Amino acid sequence: MSSRRIPAGLLWPAGVTAALALLPVAYLAVRSVEGGLDAVARTLLRARTLELAVRSLGLAAVVTALCVVVGVSLAWLVVRSDMPGRRVFGVLAALPLAVPSYVAAYTWVAALGLEGFAGSVLVLTLCSYPYVYLPVAAALSRMNPAAEEVALSLGRSRYAVVLRQLRPAAAAGGLLVAMYVLSEFGAVAIMRLDVFTTQIYTSYRAGFNRTPAAVLGLLLVLVTLLIVVAEFRTRGRAAYAMRGGAARRPSVIRLAPGPRALALAWSVALAGLAVGFPLASIGYWLLNGSSARLDPVDLSEAVGATLAVAAAGALLTTALAVPVGIIAARHRGRVATFLEQSTYVGHSLPGIVMALSLVFFAVRYVPAIYQRSPLLVIAYAVLFMPAAVGAVRASVLQSPPVLEEVARSLGRTPLQAVRAVTLPLALPGVLAGAALVFLTAMKELPATLLLRPTGMDTLATRLWTETGSGAYAAAAPYAALLMLLAAVPGFLLGRRSLEETP
Amino acid sequence: MSLRRLVAAALVPLALLASACGGGDEAESFDENSLVIYSGRNENLVGPLLDKLKTATGLDVQVRYGDSAELAAQILEEGADTRADLFFSQDAGALGALSKHGMLAPVPQDLLSRVPAHYRSSEGTWVGLSGRSRVIVYDPRTVAAPPKSVFELTDPKWRGKVGWAPTNASFQAFVTALRVVSGEDKARQWLEAMKANGTQTYPNNVEILNAVDAGKLQLGLINHYYWYEKVAEQGTAGVPSRLAYLPGRDPGALVNVAGVGELKNTKHAEAARKAIDYLLGPDAQKYFADTTKEYPLVSGVATAPGLPPLDSLKGPEVDLSKLDSLEQTITLLQDVGLV
Repeated sequence: MSSRRIPAGLLWPAGVTAALALLPVAYLAVRSVEGGLDAVARTLLRARTLELAVRSLGLAAVVTALCVVVGVSLAWLVVRSDMPGRRVFGVLAALPLAVPSYVAAYTWVAALGLEGFAGSVLVLTLCSYPYVYLPVAAALSRMNPAAEEVALSLGRSRYAVVLRQLRPAAAAGGLLVAMYVLSEFGAVAIMRLDVFTTQIYTSYRAGFNRTPAAVLGLLLVLVTLLIVVAEFRTRGRAAYAMRGGAARRPSVIRLAPGPRALALAWSVALAGLAVGFPLASIGYWLLNGSSARLDPVDLSEAVGATLAVAAAGALLTTALAVPVGIIAARHRGRVATFLEQSTYVGHSLPGIVMALSLVFFAVRYVPAIYQRSPLLVIAYAVLFMPAAVGAVRASVLQSPPVLEEVARSLGRTPLQAVRAVTLPLALPGVLAGAALVFLTAMKELPATLLLRPTGMDTLATRLWTETGSGAYAAAAPYAALLMLLAAVPGFLLGRRSLEETP
Repeated sequence: MSLRRLVAAALVPLALLASACGGGDEAESFDENSLVIYSGRNENLVGPLLDKLKTATGLDVQVRYGDSAELAAQILEEGADTRADLFFSQDAGALGALSKHGMLAPVPQDLLSRVPAHYRSSEGTWVGLSGRSRVIVYDPRTVAAPPKSVFELTDPKWRGKVGWAPTNASFQAFVTALRVVSGEDKARQWLEAMKANGTQTYPNNVEILNAVDAGKLQLGLINHYYWYEKVAEQGTAGVPSRLAYLPGRDPGALVNVAGVGELKNTKHAEAARKAIDYLLGPDAQKYFADTTKEYPLVSGVATAPGLPPLDSLKGPEVDLSKLDSLEQTITLLQDVGLV
């Protein structure tokens, strides 16, 4: 890292990204202020606001902690242990990403009547632990074994060293989980748990009074910023950028029979609960339902539209994320920090807030794209930017800065050096980030509903239509297809986490 | 590989995808000349009806589906530039809110007068198309005599056995009626007593109905047609619950409407009126009766078999235009800690 000047060729595009990400905040500010200070104070001082804020933070804390436990333990077993079938489990570990949380929640409620805080914790943990698993597995397989050997030679446990080196990866994944939980609405509503976002939805849905919703939205942004800043602290000065690259791969650790059986049971249970159970439930609906009427034309159009907008969303998000990610990895200082942190804002806002803010701006300033797919694609970029920025940053950090310096000593400008050396090296990681965005965008519902072109349906909106009329059997094919399609990038991400595994 | 080649390689599959779903492009072209309906009613329920409307009237119609309240919020956010010509709402509350913000044009008197005054806006800015009654769904396996009033539900014998959906618009319309009919204090006391009696919160009517059928609840506060639709899907064998229509002008027997309003800034006023005319006509009214199991509001169209006739329902006497005092309802629900 350096605090040298950020090249203009990076700074300007990154500025555009940050401005786009901050649009919803501008909208929320406009809507908060127009209600007057009284309304703002009344919203903030309501006892229920505090109660729900505390509950939302509690939920985020518990789910994040569990995701870290699950993600780190699975990653360690898959990458470093000799657990039987670990490659299969490695692929399975990423697949829960393909299950939309509202579908998962519904299957748990329908089958077992699980509800409330405990039910929400279960579903959100099972759906979002891959956000921790993926970066931690990648970090584990890149880890230089020398540090562990030093620890062992000094009579210390290897795990202290491993955990310390994993902290940045686990924290980055945990941050995504925490923000995802804070902005989540669909799954918790099905679980009958009132949280902070419930208040925002209720204000919009029934109050038709946008001030309280906007004030609550701003509060959510503030809380998120505090969490983002805390995560930045954990990065500290940890030297997890590889200097020169690991020549050797980390060793595989042999498990004793007892721990081996336990490890296997743990992995089987997680795969069964997070992947097997929703699949089985959808299969059951597919087979048992008299409302199953399926129009193949509708279905194929929904598939086409879903793939197209999600792919365009992944492309735009990644393109916007590259300059910010490079700056975050290579530069220090206030500007660099501001640029990176601003991209996290959108991820913490419930989809409806984001969507209404884009309605507000598009109708007034760019009516040509309003209710057309470009606006929807921009919405995906604002919503899912953090995952892409994180992926770019992590993979740029892996490519040693010394190579850039060599390129510059050969007469390249800083920007040319990045283009010629760093980006090609970082490309696989950047593409993995794009796959993650692609998959997440495929499942997105609230913003898609409000911003899609009139008449366009994605698999998620079809699913919403069918369940909204109580036709769960008719919803099953859409749910199944959505999970199947999302499983492809999920599978690739899972397999990638194994690539460097010994 | 150079960056340019990489980008090109990434763009090829995307271009293929985009061309593969060329059908999507067709739907995308927003047509200045078509009549745009924002429908808060589910596509499965009213899609076939709006298709018939296109055929019967020859109008070029585009329908945008969503949640009634979210679409109302979207229209408010769009303001004068709204793309909507007509708003087809699931309940009177969302229409009332748009009316209050001055977004709706007056509906011509000849269309208004086809529906009883009780089921349209008193300012003449929207008109009801179909009626839905609040009911109590009960489990006859455990409940011998269902309650005759929502006020009985605070009895300790129903502790933890009743389901409601405080975030649902139909429930909130009922609470608004309760406030208007019984007064703020009584409404607050009832909500507090219900909460203290362990009433179970659900996200929507369908989930309440499913919980009663599954034996998890004994009673639930829902709209009548959810039950008839479920019976149509699963047969009476799959739906053990039964409905109780409350007598005596109980607030829990509120008859709300799904209705339509024309946006003030529409450039297609004539087409919009033609569409409203069709929706109040015999074809559409019969569709509401037979397919969505609601109450047709124009006289001369028969209610679906099995439903008690509309004029036998003894709902509270509430001006549906006043259901837009939803903000006070929300404040009340928030004070009691329900939403």
